[in-house]
Amino acid sequence: MVNTTEQQAYSAPDKAGRYGEYGGRFVPETLMPALLELEEAYREAKEDPAFVEQLDHYLKDYVGRENPLYFAERLTEAAGGAKIYLKREDLNHTGAHKINNAIGQALLAKRMGKTKIIAETGAGQHGVATATACALLDMECIVFMGAEDIRRQELNVFRMELLGASVVSVSQGSATLKDAVNEALRYWVANVSDTHYVIGSALGPHPFPEIVRDFQRVIGVETRRQILEKEGRLPDAVVACVGGGSNSIGMFHPFVEDQAVALYGVEAAGSGLETGKHAAALTGGRPGALHGAYMYLLQDEAGQIEEAHSISAGLDYPGAGPEHSHFRDTGRVTYTSVTDEQALEALKMLSRKEGILPALESSHAVHYAVELASGMSSEEIVVICLSGRGDKDVITVREALKGGNGDV
Amino acid sequence: MSEITKAILEAREAGGCAFVPYIMAGDGGLGRLKEDLLFLQEAGATAVELGIPFSDPAADGPVIQEAGLRALGAGTTLKAVIEEVKAIGDEVHIPIIFMTYLNPVLSYGMAGFANDCQEAGIAGVIVPDVPFEESEPLEDCLRMNGIDLIRLIPLSAPEDRIRKIAEAAEGFIYAVTVDGITGVRDSFGGTTDGRLERLKDIADIPVLAGFGISTPDQVRDFGRLADGVIVGSAIVDALHRGDKEPIQKLIGSAKDIAVPAE
Repeated sequence: MVNTTEQQAYSAPDKAGRYGEYGGRFVPETLMPALLELEEAYREAKEDPAFVEQLDHYLKDYVGRENPLYFAERLTEAAGGAKIYLKREDLNHTGAHKINNAIGQALLAKRMGKTKIIAETGAGQHGVATATACALLDMECIVFMGAEDIRRQELNVFRMELLGASVVSVSQGSATLKDAVNEALRYWVANVSDTHYVIGSALGPHPFPEIVRDFQRVIGVETRRQILEKEGRLPDAVVACVGGGSNSIGMFHPFVEDQAVALYGVEAAGSGLETGKHAAALTGGRPGALHGAYMYLLQDEAGQIEEAHSISAGLDYPGAGPEHSHFRDTGRVTYTSVTDEQALEALKMLSRKEGILPALESSHAVHYAVELASGMSSEEIVVICLSGRGDKDVITVREALKGGNGDV
Repeated sequence: MSEITKAILEAREAGGCAFVPYIMAGDGGLGRLKEDLLFLQEAGATAVELGIPFSDPAADGPVIQEAGLRALGAGTTLKAVIEEVKAIGDEVHIPIIFMTYLNPVLSYGMAGFANDCQEAGIAGVIVPDVPFEESEPLEDCLRMNGIDLIRLIPLSAPEDRIRKIAEAAEGFIYAVTVDGITGVRDSFGGTTDGRLERLKDIADIPVLAGFGISTPDQVRDFGRLADGVIVGSAIVDALHRGDKEPIQKLIGSAKDIAVPAE
């Protein structure tokens, strides 16, 4: 199934869960036995053909993989440069890449004999994906969500409840995603014996960043195979958005050793990096420890974590995962950022040109990729990871556009 | 012998158990820190655990979370706390132990932090998000400055892990009596006792019990099993309300435990 050129020399993380100097396990002692148990269970599961087969089965018949790598001809024309392909994660069941990891981790938890799943969610996409996986596998599910996000994403809360999950409102701190993670960690510490924490992004203590990456790698593995089939060669550039970094790390990882393939991670610049109201940890932050990992973070001079700002709730997190932090320092991935306004433009553009309404998160990648493609030749190829669909965002988009000139 | 170990053993020899109150630095403003420390010293505290506020205190319950937010709101920083402790000087002679999450320390610079703690007379440091596997760099910096890295051991941990951490521990072992976060609890499920005694057998330095201890009865119960107790949320709450009587009662309860003859 996997191309042999994928036998990579790049092999992070090391045994301590480090990607260069990033990652690690910065958690209370009470969680350490659970992390060590998880690490061992994951190693075993990965090597067990029955587990791999079970996961493949759900990814194919339930999630709907493999999803297409679509040549966006009209978007290509509009950009006026390189050929643009879209990896259609938006066509997955539940509408985003999050389900790849949620099903993988829920299967793993079940195999470990855990009966309860907890998760954090910002916009609600990871919460919905986890609630979905729990319904499918008959597991109890509790989703922690900031009170502010619950207000903003009322419909997703209802979706999770329809799927049988309990949604816990978190009013501590800034009442957003980072506070939901804190509260999920607090719950996990107190219930670690029967509970697995399905972290939704390539974040958290080792082995989570590795597990999430591995379950999301299917994106890049399929893309690589599909572009070779369609074009007979690898793309010149691959572009994906980065919040915590799960769709991007899954997309990038199978290309890491292909030095001719340029990789671009696009962060949320919110109102603009210069305004301080953004979510660009890699381009506008510095390293520190939060939620179990050493990684790039938005923080003040005294090391207090700052709130992130983005129109896209899925990118609204003050850190970027440890492997991205490592790739930033080594230069293997180029990180850049796109503002709320630019993302909205890209969302409209893709809707009009291709009849595809992208998630606000993915729209960040679309904006940068179009700009990039316009400066490249028509012989060259750019692939965008279209991580999710935009149906969840229509109310936000409508409000944002009305707040501007009212013009759609 | 470590200053902290010595203070705990003295409390034991006096017929009671050690009592270490936790307070949040900067709750109510740093200006009241000296007064609070002197009050606790006067009331008979063995040492003080001084919390540094952090924006994302994932190991703390609601009482300490809120105290932290109040302290941050008052502009409290790690640097300002170190300077204040240094300025307070010798008048407070009981050991002061910092309890801080890792990121403020990283931001400060680990070596500089250890050095400045030493200059301020800090005796020990507790970092709840640094488990055994990640502790070496911090331990090295602190050791060079004669400061104890106080390690937490959950009573639920597997025995080989308990042994490994106990062997590396300095000052005292902070026994985490329940799986969970800091905060008041009514009951301990009755499973703690055997485990705490086993940990005491393994340890060759004092063992203090913490997390969820909030009443004089609980202080006496744990004080008989361990070498002492750490009380956080109940103290933070009382100080915030400006009610010192429950604190005096709690500390007093550690003085009159009837220790069974060994």
